[in-house]
Amino acid sequence: MSELDNFRKEVKEWLDTNCPASMRSGANPDTPVDEVWGGRKAVYKNPDSKIWLDRMGQKGWTMPTVPSEYGGGGLNKEEVKILNEEMFAIGARAPLLSFGIWMLAPVLLEYGSEEQKKEHLPKIIKGEIRWCQGYSEPGSGSDLASLATKAEDIGDHFMVNGQKVWTSYADKADWIFALVRTGPKEPKHDGISFLLIDMETAGVSTKPITLISGKSPFCETFFDDVKVPKSNLIGQLNAGWAIAKALLQHERKFISNFGLASAMGSKKDLVSIAKKHLGEENGKIDNEFYRSEIASHKIKEHAFGLTLQRAGDEGGKASATASMFKLYGTEHNKKRHELMVAAMGTDGVAWDGDEFDDSDKNLTRSWLRTKGNSLEGGTSEVQLNVISKRVLGLPS
Amino acid sequence: MKLILNEEQQFLKDTAKNFAEERTPVNHFRSLRDNKDEDLWDRDVWKEMVNLGWSGILVPEEYGGSNFGVAGISVILQECGRTLTPSPLFATGVLGAHAISNFGTEEQKTKYLPKIVSGEITTAVAVDEISHHNPLKTNMSAILKDDTYVLNGKKVFVIDGASADLLIVLARTSGNSGDHTGLTLFIVENKQTNIEVVKLSMADSRNYANITFSDVEVPKKDILGDAEAGGEAIENILDIGRIAIAAEMLGNAEAAFESTINYLKERKQFGVLIGTFQALQHRAAEMFCEIELTKSSVMAAMQGADNNSNELQRLASLAKTIAGETLHLVSNEAIQMHGGIGVTDEYDLGFYLKRARVVEQIFGSSKFHTERYANISGF
Repeated sequence: MSELDNFRKEVKEWLDTNCPASMRSGANPDTPVDEVWGGRKAVYKNPDSKIWLDRMGQKGWTMPTVPSEYGGGGLNKEEVKILNEEMFAIGARAPLLSFGIWMLAPVLLEYGSEEQKKEHLPKIIKGEIRWCQGYSEPGSGSDLASLATKAEDIGDHFMVNGQKVWTSYADKADWIFALVRTGPKEPKHDGISFLLIDMETAGVSTKPITLISGKSPFCETFFDDVKVPKSNLIGQLNAGWAIAKALLQHERKFISNFGLASAMGSKKDLVSIAKKHLGEENGKIDNEFYRSEIASHKIKEHAFGLTLQRAGDEGGKASATASMFKLYGTEHNKKRHELMVAAMGTDGVAWDGDEFDDSDKNLTRSWLRTKGNSLEGGTSEVQLNVISKRVLGLPS
Repeated sequence: MKLILNEEQQFLKDTAKNFAEERTPVNHFRSLRDNKDEDLWDRDVWKEMVNLGWSGILVPEEYGGSNFGVAGISVILQECGRTLTPSPLFATGVLGAHAISNFGTEEQKTKYLPKIVSGEITTAVAVDEISHHNPLKTNMSAILKDDTYVLNGKKVFVIDGASADLLIVLARTSGNSGDHTGLTLFIVENKQTNIEVVKLSMADSRNYANITFSDVEVPKKDILGDAEAGGEAIENILDIGRIAIAAEMLGNAEAAFESTINYLKERKQFGVLIGTFQALQHRAAEMFCEIELTKSSVMAAMQGADNNSNELQRLASLAKTIAGETLHLVSNEAIQMHGGIGVTDEYDLGFYLKRARVVEQIFGSSKFHTERYANISGF
């Protein structure tokens, strides 16, 4: 038996013993389902969620490729593939959703000091600390580098003052990775540093933002004379912009590859909704105008799916077109929701009350949520700028 | 099925690229048009293509071909499309070769395929009878008398119909226009007294004809495929044609797009390069994305055809729809972004626009294929 076969056998046995039944496909549908983000404030409806997280975290398999000295799984590519296959085979739920894993950990590995890696990576991997992202500010959206939250060097620590906005789940997070201005006199890109801040520090406060969907996944985060140890600086002083951009690459990859289930809205099937609400004649949607628009959209989605597949088959070239995937993934998602809402007629804009099905009301909220897809992680217009400059080489 | 070219396909593509750039740049087409060439394609150039083996790519090895498949011929057409290379490659190397290789009797294959491979004959497929593609609306009648069918009717917009030696004709042996059944394909030699060929002058200056059949007698043995089963056969032949022409359209779009991007990088107005204007940058970026989607759709369709995908019809309609919409967009935007020079006959871009609108109609427009895609997908 080869080493990989041995590994597969071990994984299979380990999962068999350690993955709770309610964390696999075929679980009792009445079991409460947690979206597990970990952290100090985590609450679990199903205790198995916590058990599953702790066991996977202990193995380092929430970040299987990270070296074991930092708490990762220390696996090579082939082993990760086997782990994924075996988890898929039993329908294992993702043990942990985490901005720490998707965004911060990759840049810590690249830019962090040995002490910083040892300090933060194991807690990310075990889901002990939940991170949030402090990038945008009220005056700095697409023009992120104009950010004004300042960190002053006052001897043995930084003093941070300012405000961040669109901080996803800041009210639930334990730590924040933030871009701060440390060089007020330098050109705007050369005065930014990448700083880690404990949300429990005096002077940090958060306030949820209610969105048009009625939900509040985002917060405003305020810093009022917040003292931050100098050891929390990642990389060199005033050299944070390169780290910020590297992290954005990871973020875009994550948005186009996975999408946040909640952010990407409803997975409902457009065609069945249209047939249900517009009627069906000989298997066709019984309204030629809606049918034609839906068909055009389905064709575009099909072609886009094939493009993702082709990028995978070509291998490695995907980064040049990450902006295109972000652009089309989010724009198609918005369009699909518009078509679902339109096909449902007045049921598509149901808001509340007992006269409507929950699924109709949820779709309204989902549709509104998708409007943020083409804003967060770089607007569609920013993606078009990136494509025209970096891919097509058009002049500035 | 991977959405990438294998080594053999990449080699064919590279060869075709060199050939088109060296032997048939756009000026080659321009001179055929300006000289009002009889065929609107060049017999010497065709001979060279034949020598490269392109006429035999869809022909099995036992009849002298290479059997390199739909992806092989499609990447060649893509490269030829970049320079608007006119040739019988589509009507003969794709349609005729595929039709006879897949539906011909042993006798028909032995008789015609080696001649297709050697370039001795060219072919055309006569399907449409009205200005919108729709094989079901076939009215041309084929009535059996003893052992001979008698064909009557008119075919329009037959690609290479003005020069082809051999016609593959869709006719109705029973039923009425609109019926799915009752269709039969026939192999008919073009140059005969009861066949009247009228050459068409189309916007793209390529070879087309309207062909009228008056009591044309065709022996039973010249049926292609089975009698009354022509409806299914023609859909398969057309689907391969749709995929190959979508690849050619992709080549058209790529060339018009690249020319536009280059122009944005050299043309100055208001003292700056016009490529600095965001109003143009975003539209250029959108065209880039649409071309990427087209590449993937064409790739999936041609690889699907070679891998006996049970999704062939859906993929063919996908590819023809996306290629049509992309080429439509790019051909319009290319002209607009070039400004006044784009609408002069001296500049090549107008050729791409004119070719685009004609080729968009060939074997079904994007509208036709969007509807077909919906039908196949079950809604």
